[in-house]
Amino acid sequence: MTNMKRRTFLKGTAASSMIGLAISAGLLKPRIAMAAWPQAGFEAKAVDGVLTALHQSSSTAPSTEINIKAPDIAENGAVVPITVSTSMPAEVITLIVEKNPSPLAGNFVMGAGAVGYVSTRVKMGKTSKLIAVVKAGGKLHSADKEVKVTIGGCGG
Amino acid sequence: MAEKTIRIRAELSGDVTDVKALINHTMETGLRKDAKTGETIPAHFIQEVTCEVNGKQNFVAQWGVAISKNPYLSYQFKGGKKGDKIKISWVDNKGDKDSEEGQVQ
Repeated sequence: MTNMKRRTFLKGTAASSMIGLAISAGLLKPRIAMAAWPQAGFEAKAVDGVLTALHQSSSTAPSTEINIKAPDIAENGAVVPITVSTSMPAEVITLIVEKNPSPLAGNFVMGAGAVGYVSTRVKMGKTSKLIAVVKAGGKLHSADKEVKVTIGGCGG
Repeated sequence: MAEKTIRIRAELSGDVTDVKALINHTMETGLRKDAKTGETIPAHFIQEVTCEVNGKQNFVAQWGVAISKNPYLSYQFKGGKKGDKIKISWVDNKGDKDSEEGQVQ
């Protein structure tokens, strides 16, 4: 008899803790209409794959309205400062280091009021093209810049 | 987390507010090997940084392992004014997170 009670008690607690888990899982997503972390994009091994994963299209139009500021020669590939700015009404700026093991470095989503500008520092394994893709008006625009790396930033 | 991992600076110049943030994080790629043991060091990196102005999210950075250690991030927005509250939060691939608030100067 005591054994039976113990069973039902255990069942009860198991069920209620499941509900608790479900609630806390729901609470972990208070995001405002912005996409979740694009795992497929970061796992893609080629530029086309990155763009398809992020923007469902890999066709970009070269644009002179995108300005990439980065050093011509980076002495230390572990810290390469890069600034991308554009006069276009950018919705998303995607930053790609062509020859890195995972080319996608960062994806930056502009919300209300944010202008087409982002500045950060990236790692570069070796000399590579930096590609900035700007999504504006539903279309993809791109610009690139070659950066020579003398010491790699990926565990070299 | 006891120590502050984020430093924020937000400055208004003309009609554009420039937000700069420095975050303390190892940004481990998962490709490096420990020099002593030869074992691969597991990836540990920030995946997402969200920026809010007066409680409204207006910028999200989604990062991979290629962002440098102790990351720097800067973005700009229009329509800000002095005293606006800036909140920056990050979350990494292990679920660690932190957030910090600052004011537009």
